[in-house]
Amino acid sequence: MKLEELRFGTELIKRGFAKMQKGGVIMDVTNAEQAVIAEEAGAVAVMALHKVPADIRTAGGVARMADPKKIEEIIDAVTIPVMAKCRIGHVMEAKALETLGVDMIDESEVLTPADVFFHIDKRKFIVPFVCGARSLGEAVRRIWEGAAMIRTKGEAGTGNVVEAVKHMRLINYAIAKLGKLPDEKIYNVAEKYAERYLQLAKLVNESMSLDFDKNEPVFEEYTFDEIVDGLYRILLEIKEMQRLPVVNFAAGGIATPADAAFMMKLGADGVFVGSGIFKSSNPPEYAKAIVEAVQHYDEPEVIAEVSKGLGDAMKGLDVSKLSEEERLQTRGV
Amino acid sequence: MRVAVIGVQGDVEEHVIVTKKALKNLKVDGEVVATRKAGVVARSDAVIIPGGESTTISKLIFSNSIAEKILQLAYENKPVMGTCAGLILLSKHGDEQVAKTNTKLLGLMDIWVKRNAFGRQRESFQVRLNVKGIGDYDAVFIRAPAIVKAEKNVDVLATFENYIVAARQGKILALAFHPELTNDTRVHEYFLKLAFD
Repeated sequence: MKLEELRFGTELIKRGFAKMQKGGVIMDVTNAEQAVIAEEAGAVAVMALHKVPADIRTAGGVARMADPKKIEEIIDAVTIPVMAKCRIGHVMEAKALETLGVDMIDESEVLTPADVFFHIDKRKFIVPFVCGARSLGEAVRRIWEGAAMIRTKGEAGTGNVVEAVKHMRLINYAIAKLGKLPDEKIYNVAEKYAERYLQLAKLVNESMSLDFDKNEPVFEEYTFDEIVDGLYRILLEIKEMQRLPVVNFAAGGIATPADAAFMMKLGADGVFVGSGIFKSSNPPEYAKAIVEAVQHYDEPEVIAEVSKGLGDAMKGLDVSKLSEEERLQTRGV
Repeated sequence: MRVAVIGVQGDVEEHVIVTKKALKNLKVDGEVVATRKAGVVARSDAVIIPGGESTTISKLIFSNSIAEKILQLAYENKPVMGTCAGLILLSKHGDEQVAKTNTKLLGLMDIWVKRNAFGRQRESFQVRLNVKGIGDYDAVFIRAPAIVKAEKNVDVLATFENYIVAARQGKILALAFHPELTNDTRVHEYFLKLAFD
């Protein structure tokens, strides 16, 4: 076998990895012991963290990539894939995670963003990425940047599913809408979605009283027109497929088996459970019940059965009482 | 004919789509269903176990009687195909990862498997393989397992780096890679033809 025929990190391999997670539950864990509980319960992957989102919320301060030693312990403890979070835009945290052998990187709003202008150009990595989205625009931008999986942002660490439901509905409605739009109108949508990449260039040009030059790269090596064209192609694909071209999971506030099943019912390909499991009163049982609920999301009798006598779910927060700074979902658009 | 794709977890839809295309190419009337119901598996002419997490899929097919029905179909000499996680489940002999996670196997093929044989996701790869009975094939390996040893009654269809990556025993077909992720329907056509042998 000739070596030059071997290819790594292609779009097919990255998106393929995400597809293998479909119908599964990905659980946040903070140590090897929790990782083993998750694997035994039937999780398809674990997210290695220093603190679960609920504790990140309470702790305050700058939330960063987890300690690599902790991530390695978790990698050594389980046979299923291990994911880890880096800060939005933080290329070096992402590179470090790739070196550790993490199977997927979550460029996550749960951590404090490192770049107010841009997300990571994820095409330049071998390892696949998952990114959060509140709307079709955010999802399409992340896919264009190379994300192999999208998840709703929801509102992490609240144990309140309302925002995840909102984001799933917003994305679904927008996809249905695309199906009825003529292609030239879709091009206008692409232009609108691409404006986000102009922020830095606009700020600098305005401060220097210069006009924006259409030929200047605005993000990495890409000009505005190239970005519009890239987004346009993805939008056409979505129009045709009537779904995102990558796997779309639910995340951010899922606390109970019924929450997980509800998100599946709304069209999620799978579910991330963050604080919901290890902040509950009985993590092993909770984990198993959520796996069962995702499996049988369209069988209400199973949801009822697995929810019996589970003990207390995590306490939860009223999202409407959170101040603007306390809302993690507004980070990275 | 009716083809059942075990739909508990993994890239189920991808198998359904490629199998439908393969049926069309072969001009065979049939339906392809993704299912979590043991009864549907029992009433099928061929079964596919998709890629996904073998630990998760194993738990879910052994917790109800899906596993039992797959075994029954195999004993009736109906074709069964497993890709990636599916290959692990078809094997008789697991490795230390299979043992550590208490993963139950169907044991339909006399093969010894190694999970994550090529490494983690960053080591996942695509390569042109020569597959016996099919020809040159663009194979996608994702955290793939491999067959390290096989009994003589197992027909080796493809190898890569000293590992067996495609094999057949009677009408049971196991692949370490994912023919459902590419548009190439030849592996699925090869599998469906086994039903008429």
